[in-house]
Amino acid sequence: MAYSDKVLDHYDNPRNVGKMDADDEHVGTGMVGAPACGDVMRLQIKVNDDGIIEDAKFKTYGCGSAIASSSLLTEWVKGRTLDEAGSIKNTQIAEELALPPVKIHCSVLAEDAIKAAIKDFRAKHGEGVAEAAAAE
Amino acid sequence: MKAPIYLDYAATTPVDPRVAQKMSECLMAEGNFGNPASRSHKFGWEAEEAVEIARRQVADLINADPREIVWTSGATESDNLAIKGVAQFYQSKGKHIITSKIEHKAVLDTCRHLERDGFEVTYLDPGEDGFISPEKLEAAIREDTTIVSLMHVNNEIGVVNDIKALGEVCRAHKVFFHVDAAQSAGKIDIDVEDMKVDLMSFSAHKIYGPKGMGALFVRRKPRVRLEAQMHGGGHERGMRSGTLATHQIVGMGEAFRISKEEMHEETKRIESLRKRLWDGLSDMEEVYINGSLDHRIPGIFNVSFNFVEGESLIMSLSDLAISSGSACTSASLEPSYVLRALGRNDELAHSSLRFSVGRFTTEQDIDTAIEKIRGAVAKLRELSPLWDMYKDGVDISSIEWAAH
Repeated sequence: MAYSDKVLDHYDNPRNVGKMDADDEHVGTGMVGAPACGDVMRLQIKVNDDGIIEDAKFKTYGCGSAIASSSLLTEWVKGRTLDEAGSIKNTQIAEELALPPVKIHCSVLAEDAIKAAIKDFRAKHGEGVAEAAAAE
Repeated sequence: MKAPIYLDYAATTPVDPRVAQKMSECLMAEGNFGNPASRSHKFGWEAEEAVEIARRQVADLINADPREIVWTSGATESDNLAIKGVAQFYQSKGKHIITSKIEHKAVLDTCRHLERDGFEVTYLDPGEDGFISPEKLEAAIREDTTIVSLMHVNNEIGVVNDIKALGEVCRAHKVFFHVDAAQSAGKIDIDVEDMKVDLMSFSAHKIYGPKGMGALFVRRKPRVRLEAQMHGGGHERGMRSGTLATHQIVGMGEAFRISKEEMHEETKRIESLRKRLWDGLSDMEEVYINGSLDHRIPGIFNVSFNFVEGESLIMSLSDLAISSGSACTSASLEPSYVLRALGRNDELAHSSLRFSVGRFTTEQDIDTAIEKIRGAVAKLRELSPLWDMYKDGVDISSIEWAAH
């Protein structure tokens, strides 16, 4: 299978690989996928008091497209609000990386991962807390 | 770009220069280009002679009579001819077939086709070592069973079945026994008399012969009859019509001759390469050999690197020509059906690589491969959340994953 240059770039030089303390109140963690399906993504975001995603880290078990999708996503979410990050669509990721049809599920997984991380963060703070904090 | 190191000999092999030389002598006007079926002139007689020499060379490797060798286009066609041919010819006796879950697709898909035609097929489970047990086979044989089809050496894991023991079960129950020997011919000794095999499939390109060429052994005593699948001029005693491809046949014959002569020396060398490879990998954490360690051909070696996904591993090993034991590179995204049938869990089935070495593999190739593999696995484990969890002592099988 031929991979696009962008997939190869993210695969060879993955951005923001790492792990944050999942218990930190500023951190939201999303883990999606399943080993049985050959893909597991863990995406973590660190949200500051203004409700902005300051930092993002990922680790992914999966094919090159899955690794590239999650690497790209960490770049995209940094500096965004939770609502902005939550509105990123898998089609944007698939388009940016020129994923072939059999690899679209990798971009879907990445979208699921950021949504799960945001949900985890919001659950820690009660719905809308970050927004309220930002308004103070 | 430097060519990758070829470690995929189980997929195919380059043609041996001695084979290519013989083949090239059967193509052009000044060579042996005649139609072996032409009875009225020298061109035909010489081509026929070359074909019959090759037939003997193939027969000699497996202790068969040359009259028991039928030329085909490859092991896939041989499997089709053997299973469909026997099942159809003997269908008034019964319509039950036995095979296993880890056969090559050429056998499995042929059986599926026959199921659609009203035949019934039993798919035996292998043990976790990859063997088919004679006891399980015996228990599956019924009054209406006409043919059993099992492979000699598995193409993904290299495990060798005990064909003699399985053959004795079939003979005792008067059921025909077909064996796909595409991966074993020229690698380990085959004696169709001793093994009590009735039909056996061969491929030329797995042992340094040309692609598009194969043969089927069809026993004469006790006689096996089969329904032809290719109709026409009645070549090959009516079992497989079509003009014989002299150059291909001569190439297969020469490849089999060389194998018979050099097999034992070559096996020793390949065994030492395999040992070198495993010595270079076995001290890594969470690395598993798939299939029995004791009963295998040395050329095929299937390893799972836990917590690393096979397709991405192959991607980072672009300097090595290898194949994923898993079929992830296809659209199906399913892990290897062979490893699943062995009872390997999904993570390990998704994490497997098949290395197959052969005649032109060097020690330097192996050393380079070890270095690249170690680097790639370390890099991908750094990226793997499953590796993190393993290192933190989390039991991955205890987590409820949402299948997607």
